[in-house]
Amino acid sequence: MAEFSTDQLLTDAPRTSRIAKLRPAVILLAPLFAILFQVYVPQLVSYLAFLELPLLVTVYFALMRRSPIAGVMFGAGIGLVQDSLSHQPLGMFGIVKTLVGYFAGSVSLRFDVDNTYVRFILAFFFFFFHQFFYWVLARALLGQLIDFNPQQTLISGLLNAVVAVPLFLILDKMRVTE
Amino acid sequence: MDLLLSRFRNLLVLVIAIGAQLLLLAWQVQSGNDVRLIRVWAVTAVTPLARVIESVRGATAGFFSDYFYLLDVRDENRRMKAELGRTKLENQFLKSELSTADRARALSQFQSRSPSRTIAARIIGNGTGSNSKVVFIDRGSTSGVLRGMAVITPDGIVGKIIDSFPTASQVLLISDPTFAAGVISQKNHARGTLKGEGKPNCFVDYVQNEQKVDLGEWFFTTGDDRVFPKGLPVGQVTTARQGKNVKEIYVTPSGFQNGFEEVLVVIEGIHQPIPEPQTGSKELKMLTPPPEEKPADPATPASVPAAGTDADRLLQRYKKIGEAGNHSYGTYGSQPPNFNIDPNDPKYRKPAAAPAAGTPANPGSPVPATVKPAVQPPPAERPAP
Repeated sequence: MAEFSTDQLLTDAPRTSRIAKLRPAVILLAPLFAILFQVYVPQLVSYLAFLELPLLVTVYFALMRRSPIAGVMFGAGIGLVQDSLSHQPLGMFGIVKTLVGYFAGSVSLRFDVDNTYVRFILAFFFFFFHQFFYWVLARALLGQLIDFNPQQTLISGLLNAVVAVPLFLILDKMRVTE
Repeated sequence: MDLLLSRFRNLLVLVIAIGAQLLLLAWQVQSGNDVRLIRVWAVTAVTPLARVIESVRGATAGFFSDYFYLLDVRDENRRMKAELGRTKLENQFLKSELSTADRARALSQFQSRSPSRTIAARIIGNGTGSNSKVVFIDRGSTSGVLRGMAVITPDGIVGKIIDSFPTASQVLLISDPTFAAGVISQKNHARGTLKGEGKPNCFVDYVQNEQKVDLGEWFFTTGDDRVFPKGLPVGQVTTARQGKNVKEIYVTPSGFQNGFEEVLVVIEGIHQPIPEPQTGSKELKMLTPPPEEKPADPATPASVPAAGTDADRLLQRYKKIGEAGNHSYGTYGSQPPNFNIDPNDPKYRKPAAAPAAGTPANPGSPVPATVKPAVQPPPAERPAP
């Protein structure tokens, strides 16, 4: 098993690490595919409903751009589209994913986000944050009493993190590094 | 200022993005309006793709299963297994066709039987959100589907249209926590509000603890919510117990029990009466009525009541005492009756008929010489001087 020192996980300086440039087609199609997957696939395979691909795509874009502002934009855009397909007022997923994008962009300035372990941990953490913050917002802003099961969310977070690793590798193939 | 802005640029963008969305959210919640344009764009972008994918999936799944199955058959046994494979494939295909035809027939039969005007629709996708129970159907405003219309299956209600787009519509399922509909129980007519809980079973709220609801009883729509026509089945009661303020009733929705790939959207709903509950056996066996009772002795007058109660017996005893003492009740001047005697004692019994003096009523019967009172009346007290 490979061992990693702190130096390997932390970047020396923010701008020395590679900033990934994504093709416009990928920026458009990847979120669309993720949302389509969430809309369509659980209809056929119900146990895949735990997958939050729009969130994973948001995290990936924010991490790869290494910019909190880009993360905010990606998060808000994907979140609002996701809101449009739900029956909630627009902004619930938007706000949560905006925060996820911002934090993912901020984290990418400090960590080596090409590392598989870092990606796994970040995907897990952001999934849990996303679910928890959505629950908080739904209670606080809409007064909805939605169930929040921490145990189930942790398991779903782990499964999403497992899916995130190969998904990020696939998305890596589509980026253009500067 | 520029330094400050550039230093906190990231945070500023975040605050602006969050603030804008919060304002948007607040405006929607406050006014009850919706930003329809964004939703139309998103749904129009996603649902046609979902339809295309569904069509392609159906075609390719059939093609590949056929292809690989035949390849596999050829490898194992060219003649026998190929034939068996084809038969199986045909069987599977026919079963699938039959199942589809059955569903379609059930829907069309229900459509023709139901007085409400409906159109058939197919589920093409789920809504986003972890806890929400929302699906998309392939009928939209171009097919006449409007917001607020009921969505049903022949087995029961499924949900209601919460948004209608040109190519698709969004259906809020009855299991969604925000769903509510007026319902009434079939047998005991307990009225309540059906609410989803994000789980397979639904809750019926606002039924008073005093009202009776049986397990297995059916709930039907009342039509009060102006969404579902009256008389549509909702589900059967699985739990009914006393609650803190109101009864706790859970029903299993009947609309989902046979799957719901195809649904009906009620374009024009017509209220129907709630069907009467069916009893275990429709035929009721009844005995013939008992024969009329006739008096045992025809000579006994029917008007004389039998001494049934204590009061009757007491009345008869007083009558006999009166007769024994030649007392006529209610008249003045007759001897007062002696209530201490036993009227059944033969010596106090009055002869059947009073014969004329000196003439025997019946020549064979003995005639008493003198009729004396059985008990002498007490002497009248004289007033003291």
